[in-house]
Amino acid sequence: MNGNAENVLELDDLSVAYRVGGTDRLVLRNVSLRIGRGEAYGLVGESGCGKSTAALSVVRYLPRNGSVAGGHVRLDGKDIMGLDREELRRVRAEDLSMVYQDPAKALNPSIPIGRQLAEVFEIGGASAKEARSRAYEMLEKVQISDPARVMGGYPHQLSGGMQQRVGIAMALASDPKMLILDEPTTGLDATVEAEVLDLIGHLRREFSISILFISHNLAVVSRVCDRVGVLYAGMLVEEGPTDRVFRNPRHPYTVALLRCLPGGGRRKSSGGLDTIPGFLPGLGAIGEGCAFADRCGLATERCRTERPPLHDLDGQMSRCHFHDRAQSLPHTTRHAPDESREPPAPRRPVLRVQGLNKTYGRDRAGGGVAAVKDLSLELKAGQTLGLVGESGSGKTTFARTLLGLIEPDEGGRIELDGKELAERVGDRSFEQTKSLQIIFQNPDSALNRSHSVRGLIGRALRQLGGLRGAAMDRRLKELAGSVRLTDHHLSVSPRQLSGGLKQRVAIARAFAGDPSVVVCDEPTSALDVSVQAAILNLLVELQSERDVSYIFISHDLGVVRYLSDNVLVLYLGRVMEYGPSEEVFSGPHHPYTEALLSAASDIGDAEDGRIRLEGEIPSAAAPPSGCAFHTRCPRRIGSICDELDPPLKEAQSGHAIRCHIPADELAALQVQRPSTLSRPVSAERRDDNGRP
Amino acid sequence: MRGRRTPARVIVISAFILKRLALSLVTLVLLSAIVFCVGQVLPGSVGRLLLGPFADHEAVEALNASLGLDRPLLVQYADWIWGFLRGDMGRSYMYEAPVQPFIVEALGNSLKLAAVAFVIVVPTAILGGVVAALNHNKPIDRIISIGGLTMTVLPEFVTGIILILVFGVWLKWLPISAAWPDGAGGFTQIHYLILPAMPLILVLFGYIARMARSGMIEALESDWTRTAVLKGLRWRTVIWRHVLRNALLPTITVIATQTGYLIGGLVVVETLFRYQGIGLLVFTAAKGKDIPMLLAGILVIGIVYTLATLIADLLCAVFDPRIRLGGRQ
Ligand code: SF4
Ligand code: SF4
Repeated sequence: MNGNAENVLELDDLSVAYRVGGTDRLVLRNVSLRIGRGEAYGLVGESGCGKSTAALSVVRYLPRNGSVAGGHVRLDGKDIMGLDREELRRVRAEDLSMVYQDPAKALNPSIPIGRQLAEVFEIGGASAKEARSRAYEMLEKVQISDPARVMGGYPHQLSGGMQQRVGIAMALASDPKMLILDEPTTGLDATVEAEVLDLIGHLRREFSISILFISHNLAVVSRVCDRVGVLYAGMLVEEGPTDRVFRNPRHPYTVALLRCLPGGGRRKSSGGLDTIPGFLPGLGAIGEGCAFADRCGLATERCRTERPPLHDLDGQMSRCHFHDRAQSLPHTTRHAPDESREPPAPRRPVLRVQGLNKTYGRDRAGGGVAAVKDLSLELKAGQTLGLVGESGSGKTTFARTLLGLIEPDEGGRIELDGKELAERVGDRSFEQTKSLQIIFQNPDSALNRSHSVRGLIGRALRQLGGLRGAAMDRRLKELAGSVRLTDHHLSVSPRQLSGGLKQRVAIARAFAGDPSVVVCDEPTSALDVSVQAAILNLLVELQSERDVSYIFISHDLGVVRYLSDNVLVLYLGRVMEYGPSEEVFSGPHHPYTEALLSAASDIGDAEDGRIRLEGEIPSAAAPPSGCAFHTRCPRRIGSICDELDPPLKEAQSGHAIRCHIPADELAALQVQRPSTLSRPVSAERRDDNGRP
Repeated sequence: MRGRRTPARVIVISAFILKRLALSLVTLVLLSAIVFCVGQVLPGSVGRLLLGPFADHEAVEALNASLGLDRPLLVQYADWIWGFLRGDMGRSYMYEAPVQPFIVEALGNSLKLAAVAFVIVVPTAILGGVVAALNHNKPIDRIISIGGLTMTVLPEFVTGIILILVFGVWLKWLPISAAWPDGAGGFTQIHYLILPAMPLILVLFGYIARMARSGMIEALESDWTRTAVLKGLRWRTVIWRHVLRNALLPTITVIATQTGYLIGGLVVVETLFRYQGIGLLVFTAAKGKDIPMLLAGILVIGIVYTLATLIADLLCAVFDPRIRLGGRQ
């Protein structure tokens, strides 16, 4: 197919190779796709599938060791690869723009924002003055509230969401035909992500622009894109209209990917999550047959010898021999509710926090920044408490105070196993230190030593478990087994492991001293969904085996709902809502919780009727008077909210909400829109019902 | 942050400068205290040192008293500092004359030498580093990087002697002694200083070029450079407007901290070329146990070093808004 006028972007049989250790390895294999005028196309896949490489080849900015091994990229019929330097520059200046994953890094740290933005207009031939005023207008278009202020400011003075708005403004400034979005909301809070996605949707219509949207997040893609392509090991394995692909996937990989998501209101009590067994084939290492064969539950002999072609199924494409059976892919985990998981015996409390405050820079007059305010909670053995809230809500400060890394204000009390916990970790007994452990989002910092994995876990066992010699070896084997690390994994250095395996090592270390409480600080946020599912399953298993309790911090409400027995919602360090997970999620909820739920992306959600939070989370240094949430509350009832801090009132027994609106009224208000997270959405629900 | 000069912004900046000034002051106080203590623990009583081993005990005591050496330490320290601030740096034992004129002259000479070295090395080394980075892993890069590294590890006296032999003795292009004739004009002085400056230049070139190169490479590979390129800016604009400014920030700091090295280097070079600078002065004073001279010399060096670091910090702040304006609250 050559230069179809209707297609703005065409990848035609594109292959890209990276030179590693002297040989070229293919990271993209014969990928063909087209994006029409005004169309939004989502390219999804897990890390290492080649999606970023695809984006970078479109703008011809491959890393030094990358090269196009075959095929074409055409923009409006022009072959990008054949352009000379000046032509390429013009294409980048006029027709092609990109928004990047990490806006903090994508903006020049030492040039004022107005200048960086005006520059784009200057390339287009505008005078300096004109460029400035158009930069100003552009900032208004991306809904930045005080453009004059932002123009003179520097990137580091803005929040992540604002930075990304600037990034979008910059990309749209040249009025391009094609916009490439490379994970534009990864790393942003759900509320901010929702706003940015709204903005993209809105501007897309205004500028009638074509979009290539790269993301690992299926739900985000489903909200923005008309069509999606699923990449696996550098190949397009499925493609089609978004709702068809997500509701009726025809490739086992897509099916498996959708099943990994803990969305749709799933709970740990209803069974483990599906995972994708095995690993992505190494760079360029694909044999004869189907690239997915090693991990596919439907694979047959034919799959291993004959590479499946891309079958066209009436507008939906699938690279599978058995596309008609894709959804009968066997589940990897049992789905039946596990009765034994709810033991009737009353659980004993392991952790009790009472009236905990943490004020930074406190002075005698009682000033300072209250990062955690009057927090009380109780955690029972074998249970999980989910901690949710935007960044800046005090989640991390709370976790760090708990661990004794930050000293709280006087007056509060933390009890572990019935004994008071000293404020500083240095003053805690050995027993207490080993019973309270943490798992971080990024295990690298904790593991980055030259030790082997065996040495790392062994050291933790010596320090926390007090084990030596044969007893230690036995325990090490057992521990490695329970986090599914093989002998091979134990012998290598942690640097050689993938993110998911590193996290397993970190979990093994945390469990070395048989802890009673483990704080999990966003442990799966940096992982692919299939790996996330496996780690979540592991955490649930360890919990039911060892009766350990978790404090689980996450911005992903689906994950929190899946894992938690109780949920605590924090805003500006204050508890806004606290209660059993099911009640908090099904409502009535606090207006803030409601907004968080509404912002959360889940596949198949309706776009209308979503609640959006205006503006940014206020500074904890100057918290709003009255109800801390009143400056952004969509349900504010009047001056009482601005003046009087509402108390935490019980809505049902054990479920407390800090709001002036009575719980039954909240329930009545909230009934009008279905709670996004409780709707059955993913494909697996359908095949539970026996329908494809 | 609205406008360029709202009070809030001025306050942030002046707070930053004040903080740095205070820090420098603390450094200086500590340094002077250490220098003073070192002076105290150096072996031998001063009176004995001056009068020789055969003088009788009373005479030594009397001299110590007249020098004020029997007073409490703190008083002596305060006295010393107070004198120093007024320009009275004590009397040299060796020359039996006030220390101050010696120090001032020697410092002036050293600064001249350092200035010649800096004026030559800073632009060439930065250019070298930038050129190397723009030709990453190409032959030019290799030549600059490896050449720079080699010169850095060669000791000054080796390069110094080779340079004297080649340019002074063999080619006779440059005078081999730094001591210019009395009444020589500025150009003649510079002419005399080029050869002594060369060993310093060679060592510094390696350091500065390496820093500039790595700063450039990091900047070139950064996400914001990618943004600038994909905006469709000309390569020249990308380099000048976006890359250089960020790339050279760390280099500024390195240049300033190299003042420390420079002082060590000066001792060697000044001795080798018989140049009356502060390095040679301190070296001679140490050899002759001329303690007042030694202490004053070290303290002056300390002051110069602290000032250089302060200037580097302020320069960085001028270029880097993250330092100048502080983070987001
Ligand atoms: S071709 Fe075979 S191995 Fe590949 S996805 Fe289809 S069923 Fe699985
Ligand atoms: S008290 Fe008022 S402002 Fe606060 S959450 Fe309730 S309705 Fe909103």
